[in-house]
Amino acid sequence: MPDLKKRSTLKAGLLVVASSMMLTACGDKTETKTAVTPAATPAAAPAAAAPASGPLKVAFVYVGPVGDGGWTFAHDQGRKAVEAAFGDKVQTTFVEKVPESSDAERVFRDLASQGNKLIFGTTFGYMEPMLKVAKDFPDVKFEHATGYKTAPNMAVYETKTFEGAYLAGVLAGKTTKTNKLGVVASFPIPEVIRNINAFTLGAQSVNPAVTTRAVWVSSWFDPAKERDAAMTMIGQGVDVLIQNTDSPATLQAAEEKGVNAFGWDSDMSAYGPKAHVGSAVINWAPYYKQAVQSALDGTWKNGETWWGVKEKSIDLANVNASVPEEAKKAMEEKKAQLAEGKAIVFTGPIVDQSGKEVVAAGKEAEIGMLKGMNFYVKGVEGSIPK
Amino acid sequence: MDTFLLLLAPALAATINAGTPLMLAAFGLLVNEKAGVLNLGAEGMMLLAAISGFAVTVGTGSATLGFIAGALGGMAAAAFFAVMVLWLNTNQYATGLALSIFGAGLSAFVGIPYTGISLKSTSMAIPVLSKIPFVGPVLFNHHPMVYIALVLCATLAWFLNHSRTGLVLRAAGESPESAHALGYNVRMIRLAAILFGGACCGLAGAYLALVYTPLWQEGMTAGKGWIALALTTFACWKPWRVVAGALLFGGVTILQLNLQGLGVAVPSQIMAMLPYVATIVVLALISRNPDWIRLNIPASLGKNFNPNSA
Repeated sequence: MPDLKKRSTLKAGLLVVASSMMLTACGDKTETKTAVTPAATPAAAPAAAAPASGPLKVAFVYVGPVGDGGWTFAHDQGRKAVEAAFGDKVQTTFVEKVPESSDAERVFRDLASQGNKLIFGTTFGYMEPMLKVAKDFPDVKFEHATGYKTAPNMAVYETKTFEGAYLAGVLAGKTTKTNKLGVVASFPIPEVIRNINAFTLGAQSVNPAVTTRAVWVSSWFDPAKERDAAMTMIGQGVDVLIQNTDSPATLQAAEEKGVNAFGWDSDMSAYGPKAHVGSAVINWAPYYKQAVQSALDGTWKNGETWWGVKEKSIDLANVNASVPEEAKKAMEEKKAQLAEGKAIVFTGPIVDQSGKEVVAAGKEAEIGMLKGMNFYVKGVEGSIPK
Repeated sequence: MDTFLLLLAPALAATINAGTPLMLAAFGLLVNEKAGVLNLGAEGMMLLAAISGFAVTVGTGSATLGFIAGALGGMAAAAFFAVMVLWLNTNQYATGLALSIFGAGLSAFVGIPYTGISLKSTSMAIPVLSKIPFVGPVLFNHHPMVYIALVLCATLAWFLNHSRTGLVLRAAGESPESAHALGYNVRMIRLAAILFGGACCGLAGAYLALVYTPLWQEGMTAGKGWIALALTTFACWKPWRVVAGALLFGGVTILQLNLQGLGVAVPSQIMAMLPYVATIVVLALISRNPDWIRLNIPASLGKNFNPNSA
């Protein structure tokens, strides 16, 4: 008898603790996976639709965490630049860590229903969810990064990351001692294959003996796997690494093992001061400011934008002081050509792995080949996974 | 041959590195299961320990304190499980699963401010031995925790099979009614086992966050807790077999990365699946002989014991 009483008091106590924990946890958060953080300006009442004189509500949807130090961090810097440039005229929000799945559709719908009139989706995998939601909200403008499908109210935008990869390749070709280069790659989509090829072509332009290999981690942001991949390649003799993923794990691994690596999407030099050769930094501010300005002016169009070094969207920045002068000069020369708008990266002669010439000497690769690139150039080892 | 050895050494070293967290977690689960408790919450405990250890190391700068914090974090999660299972007599499987999910969510929530912070990784090269041509980098260039794990294995093997207390622990797992009749406090024995299990899973989680990948990332255990659970069964609850199994599973992960680096063309999705598929295959193989499992499994594994109604 006495034991039963003790047991039910204990049960009641635990129930109280559990329910109070649940209530506090449900307090301000919506889900465990996403965190909605309103901007510094106080949030306008969500119920009332923003009148023409109110601030333009702009939303950003990120696939990774803002603290990733890479891709998402760069986008968030762009968002902050928009806030700084437009002040009271805009009100920005962001949702981070939204996976490339049906969850994304729910998030876009939520944002559109909350009165956001310009929504940016910052990863390839948001393409189908955004198209669906765009159809249901014709007065909301959608902008999809790195995609290829558009709609009357959906534009696509991208940065020529391959120009950054090319410039990094030039430095890599000059600084490698083993002539083995490595890429920590995410998914075998054209964007990533383009970057691997551009990196190799850049290195070959100053050092024809280099070879490149890629290890695929099947994720945009997975520091554990990225580190494993980097460590594996370092163990196989690679001494300059680059990545197409979103965390600084590759650079950290290079720092530990005393080899070189590049920062990607943001300046990652803080994560590996000795190993850091340079960072291919994406600057989204020019594009985001233009997009917001056009939305405010009423001149917004659903086009395709692909900006590079010329439009100051990408740069190979913060080159390590220990890089030899000759290498820096070679890179700066190529950068100057890109800044003038010359398409030097994929201009022939370009030969694929089997030796077949895919771009004739002196000719530029067609846009179709660039956007749908599915072959490796000669010098890249291995084959593209299915 | 020379290049093959040159490639093999870092791969073997990486295998030992990858197998250590699996080993540590599996030791804890082994003690749990020998005492008759099946704690499916390994994944949750490891994640909670990972964020505790990471947070403490970022705050204090000391990796040792980080490991202690990780062990304590794992123990706290395990204590929660123990109260539910031992005093409230809830179903062990359901409670363990709930702990897994709870641990994953809570650690993600607590870890939000820690994304993007990185730590310096530490490994210790044993002075003379690590210079030996092939064996040196493979065996003697690891973080101290690797050696602690091996010492733990030896201690456990001796403890379970050659000590009185180990015998009592195994009795609680084989037949708690008999142990109770002999006058042993089965609840306390199981509590001690669960807390020890939590501490070991905690060390494993802390190892992941402090040594294996010195960054915090939500869900960073990526299923290693579940692999550790499968590992204890695969190893037939014997500590040295746990070491072998951990190296096997760790090795599969490293293998697929090395194959990719060498240019072997296998679809990337299959590569990523490999460790988990290996787990399933192994479990299927050992389940073919039910007698073999019945001989080795603690007889009262997963069954609650209530001393008041014994």
